[in-house]
Amino acid sequence: MEARPFNDISYERFLNEEKLMGSRCRKCGLLSVPPRSICTRCYGSEMEWVAMKGKGKLVAFTSIAIGPPSMVKEGYDRKHPYVSGVVELEEGVKVVARIEGVDGSRPETIGIGTPVRVEFLHRGEGTNATTFLAFRPS
Amino acid sequence: MRGRRKLGRGVAMVGAGMSRFGMFSDKDSKYLFAEAFREMLSTVDKGIDPNDIDALYLGNFTNDFFVRQGHWGPIISDLLGLTPKPATRTEGACASSALAFREGVFAIASGFYDVVLVGGVEEMSKRSTEEVTQGLAMAASPYEVKAGFTFPGVFGAMATAYFAKYGASREHLMNVTIKSHNNARLNPKAQFNVSIRDIMNQRVEKAKSKGAAIPIWRNEKEFLRDPQANPVVAWPMHLYDCCPISDGASCVLLVAEEIAKSFTDEPLYVAGIGQGSGKGLHAKEDLTYFEATRYAAKEAYELSGLKAEDIQIAEVHDCFSIAEILHIEDLGFFRPGEGYRAVEEGLTRLDGSKPINTSGGLKCKGHPVGATGTGQLVEIWKQLRGEAGERQAPIKDLHIGAAQSLGGTGGTCTLTILEKR
Repeated sequence: MEARPFNDISYERFLNEEKLMGSRCRKCGLLSVPPRSICTRCYGSEMEWVAMKGKGKLVAFTSIAIGPPSMVKEGYDRKHPYVSGVVELEEGVKVVARIEGVDGSRPETIGIGTPVRVEFLHRGEGTNATTFLAFRPS
Repeated sequence: MRGRRKLGRGVAMVGAGMSRFGMFSDKDSKYLFAEAFREMLSTVDKGIDPNDIDALYLGNFTNDFFVRQGHWGPIISDLLGLTPKPATRTEGACASSALAFREGVFAIASGFYDVVLVGGVEEMSKRSTEEVTQGLAMAASPYEVKAGFTFPGVFGAMATAYFAKYGASREHLMNVTIKSHNNARLNPKAQFNVSIRDIMNQRVEKAKSKGAAIPIWRNEKEFLRDPQANPVVAWPMHLYDCCPISDGASCVLLVAEEIAKSFTDEPLYVAGIGQGSGKGLHAKEDLTYFEATRYAAKEAYELSGLKAEDIQIAEVHDCFSIAEILHIEDLGFFRPGEGYRAVEEGLTRLDGSKPINTSGGLKCKGHPVGATGTGQLVEIWKQLRGEAGERQAPIKDLHIGAAQSLGGTGGTCTLTILEKR
């Protein structure tokens, strides 16, 4: 695992293995999720992988009624909106993700600050297989 | 206070024109740019021989995707008979022609050119809404797209963060929409040159003529609260919070300050320019402002020696209603968390102390993305020269105006300050 390059391809592969991983600069300790191969604080390039606990809180969200073709294919539309959001992890960094287990058609019931835990959504098969990062209220 | 940066020599704007913005099945990019160019020529008071134009800078975001044709610099150069003069395309998503303007300013300030044409064009309406959504999403961060975010979705999420932090609500966003439509009603070039009140009346008339149930809305906000009239797009962004899909072109003529008076007795001088870049949604420290706009504003204010309170009128990039509120705070017109109150109090109306988006903004004027940056400057040109007709801002001694552009989800932001001396 240590040999994987610190980039989006590795990040995605980790998601497929149900791991939410970030990079930490060995020199100054800056944590980045998704990973970076160069530290934007001290410009060090010695990184190590760090697993996130997968717990955090919702800091912003939207309930999307008109989505891109990929979401329409999953069955989402005006009557069945889906929710995307920004989650601040316990480790102090933020990620963007799908938000499951909330009612997109009643967005006023979704609260900023709601505690959430990670979930991995596996979609598609073969070369089209993708894992989406998601969170749901804990 | 002036900063350490300065222009090598002064630059002035001596002409400005735009096509009508809208959805045109029978007009292509070339036709629209020609329309903007003809109007620009007609605004140069003492005339301009197009042969005197040294170079073209053209903003275009994604005609490659929308009309399956790239490399628009030479196409427009040939259209206008400017070949073999150099043509350079700039891309900064929705701020593309704001970048063209900046490059044009640098080219003249460096002493290299004396007369430069800058403009932008976009042709979007010949694709389906899904394709346009997909095309525009190319300007978002890849993580946002994968998490299902659309453009309205990103701004919707920022709105929820803003609401939670400052206690604002959807009702406050409606004030922006109502104001934009009232201004656009007075702008014949706007895609939607009707007020919300006009739209309500049209709906009532339509229902009457069809013999259908007549909708009853007591005021504009009741109309905007009605989910039939104003459906959700990406909560809390509803249809009337979002700019439309548009086709259009705009351009302005820049010249060296020392020759400006040979084109017009009333040039507008480039007092300040600024540009910044920004991170994706997940990496922002705070979701209630754009660091790129704040940086661009600081740069432009320092170059000009002007302060936020000196800007008498501004066009800001209201791709979504919440964006207008964030921008007027980021530019320093109002303190963070107070923009929505300023709009509520009417300070940003045409007759307010700080008129914002007198053109109707992107929401109503239209947003052909590559044409928007210089399109905003066309409005500032008209206002500062007292040529805005019915929507002329009633400000005494109006002489300083600004335009702010935002590309993508805040990845590229600019501020341009123009001054009549």
